[in-house]
Amino acid sequence: MSMNRRQFLKIAGASTVLGLGGASVVNSLRRGGLEASQMSPDPRGLVAKRWGFVVDVSKLTTEEDYKRCTDACHNIHNVPVFKNDNLHEVKWIWKEPFENTFPGIEHEYMSHEFKEKNFLVFCNHCAKPACVKVCPTKATFKRKDGIVMQDMHRCIGCRFCMAACPFGARSFNYLDPRGNDIDGKPLIKVENKTFPTRMIGVVEKCTACYERLAIGQQPACAEASNGAIVFGDLEDPNSEARKIIATKYTIRRKPELGTQPSIYYVIGGSEHA
Amino acid sequence: MYNGGKIIAGLVVFLAFFTFPFYYNLGKANARPEPKLNTPVIQQLAEKKCVESKDVMRSDHMQILNDWRDSVVRDGNRIYVNAEGKRYTMSLQNTCMNCHSNKKEFCDKCHNYMAVKPYCWNCHIQPKEDKS
Repeated sequence: MSMNRRQFLKIAGASTVLGLGGASVVNSLRRGGLEASQMSPDPRGLVAKRWGFVVDVSKLTTEEDYKRCTDACHNIHNVPVFKNDNLHEVKWIWKEPFENTFPGIEHEYMSHEFKEKNFLVFCNHCAKPACVKVCPTKATFKRKDGIVMQDMHRCIGCRFCMAACPFGARSFNYLDPRGNDIDGKPLIKVENKTFPTRMIGVVEKCTACYERLAIGQQPACAEASNGAIVFGDLEDPNSEARKIIATKYTIRRKPELGTQPSIYYVIGGSEHA
Repeated sequence: MYNGGKIIAGLVVFLAFFTFPFYYNLGKANARPEPKLNTPVIQQLAEKKCVESKDVMRSDHMQILNDWRDSVVRDGNRIYVNAEGKRYTMSLQNTCMNCHSNKKEFCDKCHNYMAVKPYCWNCHIQPKEDKS
């Protein structure tokens, strides 16, 4: 069969139109995705314009105080515990000494008590998060209520966010969190059956207990802290968090970097305010 | 045609190899997968219905699960209202698997038959089952 250029173009054009048209007809016949109107937030959920935390360091003194908060978080979120294995450690909330928490403002005449003190640190849920900017898959993103969320379904484990975060708030799963530690015991001691684990090769961090806020509960650390951690709406002047910030002296971690962290540390209690 | 005999012989051999799996399995129909619905929770339901009709679930459950995932994680919307107006919490681990607590007899039946391996269970905790 021979055909000239004109005939070839005619056939090619016709089959392209047919193919495109055919696809759209088939797609419109198929039942599409769910309607957005079918989805709604839980009416019990807590809402805010910008969630934030206030950590009163004077209320965290004994080892037990810190442990209560970190354990509450890590148990609920199936965070694996790596004993004596800092290389593979995964942490959502943990304690840091003063010089690591607020680097640059420690000095030689500082009170011994302060120098040695530990501070509870976790994701700052920054207003201008560096991690969100660098994420190539939008696996980490900022919710409308200010929470910096981590979508584990999208994370490809590139660890750009870990390099970008100035607070070390993110941990990479170098090992399978469902595996065993060096002693052969499971890394997750008791699984919380209502919350997923993570898998090897994804980055995880504090998510401000989005799953608890959605059903009207406070974040686990705030609930377990006996008032040392106060959670509230930073945009609402009447929220408990804002009232503390307005009346006491608070500092944030590395404010000079411009990420605008949403954790405010009350330093020195009320009498020195 | 040059070397016609060789080409045709080659084609015949190729076709014989290529279609071998079809001839080999001809008449040996695999048993159809029968996912089981007899979990204690489902037995106690007054009306044995999933979040959508059986046909929709059968053809579109993967799309529904994807939409649920995006809605909950990205938008924070957790309540799903189905075609009949009933409300459900969108959660694979807590809603789907609460009824379908028999993953091996339900999910795996068809997924294994079709050789699809959804990676839900790398992170989501599957229900504990007695039989392994």
